[in-house]
Amino acid sequence: MPLLDVRNLSTSFHLRSGIVRAAQNISLTLEKGETLGIVGESGSGKSVTCYSILQLIPQPPGRIESGEVLFEGRDLLKLSESEMRSIRGKRISMIFQDPMTSLNPYLRISTQLIEAIRVHDNMDEDAALKKAITALEEVGIPDAASRVRSYPHEFSGGMRQRVMIAMALVNDPDLLIADEPTTALDVTVQAQVLDIIKERQRRLGTAVILVTHDLGVVAGTCDKVQVMYAGQVVESGTTDQVFYNPQHAYTRSLQKAIPSLQAKNEALYTIAGTPPDLSKPVLGCAFYPRCPFPKVKDQDGPAPELTELSGGHCVRDCGYCDRTKPIETVLAQDVVAEETP
Amino acid sequence: MSRTADIVSATEERLSAPLAVEEFEKGSSLWDDAWHRLKRNRLAMISLFLFIAIVLFCVVGPLLSPYDGEQQDLLKGAQGPSGEHWFGTDTLGRDLMVRTMEGGRISLLVGMVATFVALMIGVVYGATAGYLGGKVDAVMMRIVDTLYALPFTIFVILLMVAFGRSLWLIFVAIGAVEWLSMARIVRAGVIGLKKQEFVEAAVSLGYSHTRIILRHLIPNVLGPVIVIATLTVPAVMLLEAFLSFLGLGVQPPNASWGVLINEGQQNMEIFPWLLMFPAFFFALTLFSLNFLGDGLRDALDPKSAKD
Repeated sequence: MPLLDVRNLSTSFHLRSGIVRAAQNISLTLEKGETLGIVGESGSGKSVTCYSILQLIPQPPGRIESGEVLFEGRDLLKLSESEMRSIRGKRISMIFQDPMTSLNPYLRISTQLIEAIRVHDNMDEDAALKKAITALEEVGIPDAASRVRSYPHEFSGGMRQRVMIAMALVNDPDLLIADEPTTALDVTVQAQVLDIIKERQRRLGTAVILVTHDLGVVAGTCDKVQVMYAGQVVESGTTDQVFYNPQHAYTRSLQKAIPSLQAKNEALYTIAGTPPDLSKPVLGCAFYPRCPFPKVKDQDGPAPELTELSGGHCVRDCGYCDRTKPIETVLAQDVVAEETP
Repeated sequence: MSRTADIVSATEERLSAPLAVEEFEKGSSLWDDAWHRLKRNRLAMISLFLFIAIVLFCVVGPLLSPYDGEQQDLLKGAQGPSGEHWFGTDTLGRDLMVRTMEGGRISLLVGMVATFVALMIGVVYGATAGYLGGKVDAVMMRIVDTLYALPFTIFVILLMVAFGRSLWLIFVAIGAVEWLSMARIVRAGVIGLKKQEFVEAAVSLGYSHTRIILRHLIPNVLGPVIVIATLTVPAVMLLEAFLSFLGLGVQPPNASWGVLINEGQQNMEIFPWLLMFPAFFFALTLFSLNFLGDGLRDALDPKSAKD
């Protein structure tokens, strides 16, 4: 039995302007000790998926429409609020994007860590403080025993993110959901933060869901990857499968868009167009309007199924695009076609 | 060249200065920062000491005085200030200084207790409405709007008629009016805060709603709440004086500054000191609290300060 098994999870937001289908039919599985990367651009439903797992979606306007979130076989969506509370922060923890605002500015770091420990464990203050100091040492806060008495505003952004990680990990959760944990940090701190998470995982076998839009981070950290676009999973598989043998036109365009260090005087590749408006039903392949491949057939049917190609490597596309043809040549053809009427 | 040398030597000096380890380990909270800013505001500090002095004068004063506020001496009625009676005596021969101190006790008590009641109700009510949001919030705030629309004087007269006159009723009446603005301010603050990630993080750590409201939201709105509370105390004291002036408030022989001012103005032309002394202390208290409130606002929310 996998640690986490999400099946056909759909979450939408019922706004006055209409229903926004932020995440549709998301399925994912995660074993103990595994790392799953979820990549996609802003608004592709990465965060909504994570928030739905922990039921942190503000309801209303959010609503989890259907699906199951099986954690060790138990469906989290069927648990009561108080049962859910005993899982949050204890079995499943979350790290947020912005370390600057994720800590309560009026409370000492020690107070906040002790609270996080004592909410879940019946432990006296002194023991909790010791545990808090150990947790800070584990995330590489120097001189933790004295720094623990500080207030958040006395720490730098990178240090605050480490405190957040310490707080998320202090109860030894089985699953850590990191929602863009490195986006707000500079590159050297990014690497340190990722190392802390990896080290923890190696030592305690914590499973990790890493949400990011940085493909480099995914390649270096994750065992499995899901690529999301317009609220759907468009491609999933092991990191090797998705990175060395990408199949979906979106994944391939994304890779093409990574700036290379060698190229000089070359315009950066961007994917033309904008993601679809999720308040309207998305017909056919969600990426079709922006697909660099020649438009073969109008897409008006339901979304294509996520089909398995080989050994767990799944793709959801219309099937008309040539998966073997390099994106570069497709683009070159486009340019030629435009120039010669 | 010399400028560079200056900078270098200044930097070296700063680096070689022993680190204030004690202070660093303790950590300085946002409250400490606000206190430092308040200390630099001279007007607010003078007001603070003045207010403390007035409170001490009213609370400790009667214990040291040889007179009793209710002890009448008709032979010495309505005498001007003298070495024997520093503030003079009233028409019934009671020592005005003790009367002023005892009146101050009642006025300050009403001001603080009613503000405290308003604070408790307002903060919990406003935080709950703001945190829960949606329909609950809408209903709770419409109740506040409705109560706001009640004419205060009529409300108090109704209470007096229905339940008789007592000091506690004044607390209830004033508290019932003053918590409304407190609730609105706290609600606005909480709505702004609950979108912040630390609240989301608190939910993700498995904290209950009650814990989040009490431990994480309310402490963060305490700044404006303290300012409003400081400004509410004088407002409440004014209300009490107003009620007492109309004869709806504190009943003789108990005195409050409102009652004393009322008695004083009846004989204003013949015995002006009967009005002057209580009015002076009352005005001084209101001034100091208002200046202190302004200072606190600047200290707790430096962004809103004018300069």
